[in-house]
Amino acid sequence: MAEVLVLAELNPAAGGPRKSTLEALTAARALGEPAAVVIGAPGTAAGIKDVLAEYGAAKVYVAESDDVDAYLVAPKAEVLAQLVAEKSPAAVVIPSSPEGKEIAGRLAIKTGSGFLTDVTEIAADGTATQVAFAGATIVHSQVTVGTPIYTLRGNSVTPEPAPAAGTEETVQVAVSEAAKQTRVLDRVVEQKSNRPELTEAAIVVSGGRGVASAENFSVIEGLADSLGGAVGASRAAVDSGFYPHSFQVGQTGKTVSPQLYIAVGISGAIQHRAGMQTSKTIVAVNKDPEAPIFELADFGVVGDLFTVVPAATEQISARK
Amino acid sequence: MNIVVLVKQVPDSGSERKLDPSDNTVARATADNVINEMDEYAIEEALTVKEAQGGEVTVLTVGPDTATDAIRKALSMGADKAVHVSDPAIHGSCAVQTSAVIAAALSQLEYDLVLCGAESTDGQVSVMPALLSERLGIPQLSGARKLTIEGSMAKIERQTDGGYWEVEAPLPAIVSTWDTINEPRYPSFKGIMAAKKKPVETKTLADLGIDASTVGLATATSKVVDFAGRPPKGEGVKVADEGDGAEKLVGYLAAQKIV
Repeated sequence: MAEVLVLAELNPAAGGPRKSTLEALTAARALGEPAAVVIGAPGTAAGIKDVLAEYGAAKVYVAESDDVDAYLVAPKAEVLAQLVAEKSPAAVVIPSSPEGKEIAGRLAIKTGSGFLTDVTEIAADGTATQVAFAGATIVHSQVTVGTPIYTLRGNSVTPEPAPAAGTEETVQVAVSEAAKQTRVLDRVVEQKSNRPELTEAAIVVSGGRGVASAENFSVIEGLADSLGGAVGASRAAVDSGFYPHSFQVGQTGKTVSPQLYIAVGISGAIQHRAGMQTSKTIVAVNKDPEAPIFELADFGVVGDLFTVVPAATEQISARK
Repeated sequence: MNIVVLVKQVPDSGSERKLDPSDNTVARATADNVINEMDEYAIEEALTVKEAQGGEVTVLTVGPDTATDAIRKALSMGADKAVHVSDPAIHGSCAVQTSAVIAAALSQLEYDLVLCGAESTDGQVSVMPALLSERLGIPQLSGARKLTIEGSMAKIERQTDGGYWEVEAPLPAIVSTWDTINEPRYPSFKGIMAAKKKPVETKTLADLGIDASTVGLATATSKVVDFAGRPPKGEGVKVADEGDGAEKLVGYLAAQKIV
C-alpha cells in the first residue's frame, strides 16, 4: 500500500503530539498507509512514537536537529521535501495550523505540487472537502499536479486508533543556508490557562458585545469551566477590550468546530459565523429574539445572559 | 527604505459571496468588491515605517481591471504609487501560480521590505509570504502583531495561540500582518484627491516574462470539482426565559448527553 506522510504537530507543553496529529493520521488512512514524520529538536520523538503507532503510523520518520527548531517554517519544509523525493508518497497530510499551512505551501513549490488548505475530509480518490465563504459553501477540490498536499482543519475528523508497527527510521537533516534566514529568538506564552485550547476543544463557550465588560467575562469563563470547555470571544467583544484577541472566533480570528458551541450575548454577524458555523451543536443565549445567531442555533434561549448563564453554570456543576 | 505592499481585492466578507458555476472560481464580476480588510493593516504598517525611516511605498496587486478600486484605496491612505498586474490569462490561478506572478512582479521592483495582510478573506489560504519566500529566497516574517526595523534587520512578534514568537530576519524580507498590529488610518479628503494623480503602472504577463500557459485555470495545481450551499440546518428550538431558561438549557444539554 502506498505511503502517506503525516507531519506530526507537537505540543511541547504537554509533551506529546497534538490531537490534530492523531486526526491527520486518521484522515490519511483513506489514501494509504500513514507514516508519521517528526521534525524537531533532538529528543523530540522520544516518548511519542507509541501514540503515533497506536493511531496508524506504520513508520515514524524522525528528523531531529537544533536547526529545525531554531528557524521558522523553512527547515521543516526542506525535510519534508527530502522525504517526498526519497519515499514518493501518495500524499502528504499536515495539521492545519498557520505553520502547517506555510510548510504545505513551501513544500508544494519545492516538489512541483498542488496543495489544499483547511480540508475537513479526504476521500479515497484524493478529493478533499473544504468550506468556503464563512462556512456557507461546501467545496470539493482536487490537487491536479504532483504529490497532493493537504492541511487538515482541526476537529474535522475524530481520531480513531488503528495500531500499526511504528517502525522508527532516522532521517539525516542538513538544513540549507537558505532555510536559515528567519531565526526564532523566543517563544513566549502569555496566557497560561488550564482550559483546553480553543481550536482543539470539544466545547467552546463564547461571549460577545452583550457581556458588556471585561469583568463580566467571568460569567462566560464560569460556564466554560463547568463544561470543561474553552473560552472564545466575538470580534465585537475583542474590539471593545473585553477579552484578548487570541481568543477571537470569526473571519479574522480562529475557526472552531467543536461538538458544542455556546454563543452568549453574540448577535451572530457574518464575521462571527465564519468561525463557528461548522460546530456540531450550537446553543445561543441572547436577549434579542431577532438576533441572527438564533438562525444557526439548535437550541436558543431568549433572555438575559446574566441570569440564565450563572444559573445554568450552577445547575451543571451540581450535576457532577 | 523601499516598501512594497501586496494588496488584494476581494468580495466583501459582509456580503453574500458565491462561486461562479461556469468554472467554479470566485464570482468576482458580480460581487461587492472591496480591498481585503487585512491588507489595510499592512498598508498602515508600511506608512508607519516610511514615516519613521523615509522611503517610498509601492502598492502591488494582481487582479482584474476592477481591482483599481483597491489600489485607489491604498493610494488614498498614503501609498506613493502602484503596480497593477492584470491579464485575462491569470483568471482561475491557484495560490502556487499566483505566487509566481507576484514574485515576477516583485523582481522588477526595488524593495527592502514587502508587506501583506496575514490572510485574504476570500481564499483564506494565508501562505503568500511562505510561497514568495520560497520563490524569491528572501526570509518570511509572517503573522506579525508587531514589527520593528533596526538597521538591516526586521523583527516581529509572530502571533501564536496564547502568546507570540519573537522572530527576526535580515532585510529584504516579507512580513505579513494581523489586525492586532495597528489601527489603519482613514483616507483624508486630501489623500483621496491626491490618489487620483498618483502613478499606477499596469503590467501584463508578457511584461513580466511569464508564459501565459503556465498560469490560469487550465494549468492550476488544484481545482474545484464541485460545490454546493451548506444544507440548511433543521429548525432549532427557541425558548423564552421565564425564570426557567437555565433549566431548559441544561435540560437540552442533558438530552444531548453533554452534561
